[in-house]
Amino acid sequence: MDKPFAITLDVGTSLANKTGSWRTERPVYVDRLPPCNHACPAGENIQQWLYDAEEGGAGYERAWRRIMEDNPFPAVMGRVCYHPCETSCNRAQLDNAVGINSVERFLGDEAIREGWRIDVAAPSSGKRVLVVGAGPSGLSAAYRLARLGHDVTVRDAGPTPGGMMRFGIPTYRLTRDVLDAEIQRILDLGVTLHLNSKVTSILDAMQEGHFDAAFVAVGAHLGKRAYIPAGDAAKILDAISVLRSMEGEERPKLGRRVVVYGGGNTAMDVARTAKRLGAEEAVVVYRRTRDRMPARDLEVEEAEEEGVLIKWLSTIKQADGGRIVLERMELDETGFPQPTGELEELEVDSLVLALGQDTDLSLLDGVPEIEVDDGVVKVGPSMMTGYPGIFAGGDMVPAERTVTVAIGHGKKAARCIDAWLRGVAYEPAPKHELADFELLNTWYYADAPRSVQPQLELARRQSTFEEVTGGLEESTALYEARRCLSCGNCFSCDNCYGVCPDNAVIKLGKPGEPYAIDYDYCKGCGICAAECPCGAIAMVPETI
Amino acid sequence: MPDAQTKLYQVGTFAVGNRLLSPDERSVQAGIERSNTLTCGHRACQGCGEALGARYVLDAAMRATQGRLIAANATGCLEVFSTPYPESSWQLPWLHSLFGNAPAVATGIAAALKVKGRTDVRVIGQGGDGGTMDIGFACLSGMFERGDDVLYVCYDNEAYMNTGVQRSSATPPAARTATTKPVGDEPGNVFGQGKSAPLIAMAHEIPYVATATVADLHDLEAKVERAMELHGARYLHVFVPCPLGWGSAARDTIRIARLAKETGLFPVFEAEHGEITTVSKIRRPLPVEEYLRAQRRFAHLFGDPPRTDVISRIQARADRNIRRFGLLQDGGPS
Repeated sequence: MDKPFAITLDVGTSLANKTGSWRTERPVYVDRLPPCNHACPAGENIQQWLYDAEEGGAGYERAWRRIMEDNPFPAVMGRVCYHPCETSCNRAQLDNAVGINSVERFLGDEAIREGWRIDVAAPSSGKRVLVVGAGPSGLSAAYRLARLGHDVTVRDAGPTPGGMMRFGIPTYRLTRDVLDAEIQRILDLGVTLHLNSKVTSILDAMQEGHFDAAFVAVGAHLGKRAYIPAGDAAKILDAISVLRSMEGEERPKLGRRVVVYGGGNTAMDVARTAKRLGAEEAVVVYRRTRDRMPARDLEVEEAEEEGVLIKWLSTIKQADGGRIVLERMELDETGFPQPTGELEELEVDSLVLALGQDTDLSLLDGVPEIEVDDGVVKVGPSMMTGYPGIFAGGDMVPAERTVTVAIGHGKKAARCIDAWLRGVAYEPAPKHELADFELLNTWYYADAPRSVQPQLELARRQSTFEEVTGGLEESTALYEARRCLSCGNCFSCDNCYGVCPDNAVIKLGKPGEPYAIDYDYCKGCGICAAECPCGAIAMVPETI
Repeated sequence: MPDAQTKLYQVGTFAVGNRLLSPDERSVQAGIERSNTLTCGHRACQGCGEALGARYVLDAAMRATQGRLIAANATGCLEVFSTPYPESSWQLPWLHSLFGNAPAVATGIAAALKVKGRTDVRVIGQGGDGGTMDIGFACLSGMFERGDDVLYVCYDNEAYMNTGVQRSSATPPAARTATTKPVGDEPGNVFGQGKSAPLIAMAHEIPYVATATVADLHDLEAKVERAMELHGARYLHVFVPCPLGWGSAARDTIRIARLAKETGLFPVFEAEHGEITTVSKIRRPLPVEEYLRAQRRFAHLFGDPPRTDVISRIQARADRNIRRFGLLQDGGPS
């Protein structure tokens, strides 16, 4: 070759120098499990639907459809879910948790307002499934089974569908038009609903209707009683009956002074309902202390704001016409309440027992291999009882008794019933590694404190059954969605692409695959992983 | 200017880009059309802050000048790692002459362009802290006082890294280098020496002087853009951590630059005609220890017993910067 004096090499670009050979660790894009998704009892892909909602406009419908993949009750959820997603949200360690629940409510309400519909996704399977109980669990299962192409019939003993969503949750927490709209959307999929149609024997019902499988979710509607020595004139009611009668023609007459015995959410619901019905005094009597109370903090706070009084460390010793006797308790070393002998009298017009609920399992009588333990039915990991083809969920199986857990049961059972009907076993997808707060680089998130949902004025909360908590405005909901940190999953912020000193990140811009590492040149410095806001890049040792 | 915040977005202006931002709100580095002026295959160490800073500055300048840009480079790491003959990583007209004459070479290019009537082509001179603040300082001061139409960029990694980490006039007090050993009563570089090139540049009352770090890309790009809007002598001083010379983890380059700014040790500001016009406020105030601990060049301060006296002298320097430049947010730290 003809080269100038003292020159032996061709000039060229440094692209010939593959610096990737220097690397001892390689950056790899990963998807980690966000804590919100991990905590959701209904298994919603929360982060993903927030991601869709962040775009606003057409993103809202996409977000709503994403929720509907897992949960057919977004508007109900946005009102009654205790949002464990927010409790576990990493943003709480930065400023405040993302208001996931309020965004879900916004999306749910938007769907009702816009009339968004859901279609059946699969061709008819020719299989028939009986669902017993039109509560959250049964309707969730019916929804999913119908979308999978099965012929679903729901039977309920009550006059209207909804179960505890209607007969347990007061209207000031869940307006009935919202509940009706979301139930109607499920029925519109072609689900057959029989009301006032109590199933007395599940096997007979299955045989008569030629059902291939059944999902039993009859809930727990029997109020527990406690032995309280009482005179004839004492008016003692149970909480669940009081709440149920709120749905009837005639509202319960509780009087001016109402005492509620118990420390759960139902106790709070009844006390708050009593206030709204005109009680001057609504007193909750609970035998332990606040930190041991099963009621949710928010419910206790709202009840106290509305003027509900709580007597801690007290039991009811006796009830007589117009009067009850309380005994003060003391916690022993094990935290169990022990009587002290100190007594106190209270004048009352009615005493409401909110001591938990039992479930009526008589429809399972005579079914072989069904195991009942502590009043609830045992189910396997696929929600199937000991009897093949009969599945169960909701409040009648051992689990936390919330609407969201029940919906999760319905979803899971439907998947397993579908698999069972097709003669295969349902295999859940393997879980990703959890996206801990420590994996985030929070520098990159703008300071954006949480938006607050409007609350109904106190005076109206004490006298009417209007909804206490309002929804978010569109712009506020959008702001709230955009506060999501996207823990553990790339949200296309371009940081890795920008911060690489070796220009070794390729921006693809494809959905689901925004970037790729150019391993020809990546030296493995790890800046991309260190500066990734959401912990979506892992450094993996090279095998040499 | 640089610190306008788009609070609605997940990452506001802090990240390189964001799918929710309109394209004109994203950084130059977020776009696939960026010039990659310093392309792959260069031989800078893993996690090199200077390589990153040079691409940030030149890509922004390339966009601001529609690609009509010539660079003159001083001797130093940036020159050595980018152009081992016969390879070059530069994707713009680029010229290297000597260690100390980059400002004069840039002046010459600008003069030649003027003679040729090429007012569309702009000139950048660039070098490390040694080439800029020590060896090339006379040429730089001359370029400033004559008002030559050049943006000169100093990539400051606080020592002569290319030749083996020897002290420069930018090396901070107490830092260990090959020529300031961590021994004796005053280990590492002595207190009371060195200089501030940005403040000296301001004393020339040139149209534009700014400091920036590789940790705040939006701020850096805005400053390059502002500099290219102006004519005459302009100076940009970019803080670029050096994993090799500072003994820091390669992945920590940007974090350390961020800590330098957040502790107040490296004040980030801009000035026009000798007067400071904007100051980047500290967002999350931190003690200098956070910054020092991440670097082995300060490891001798954290022995047994630790040199708390030296650490508090360094803290006093940061506190002075915070007072002098007004680095805290109004109403104190958030």
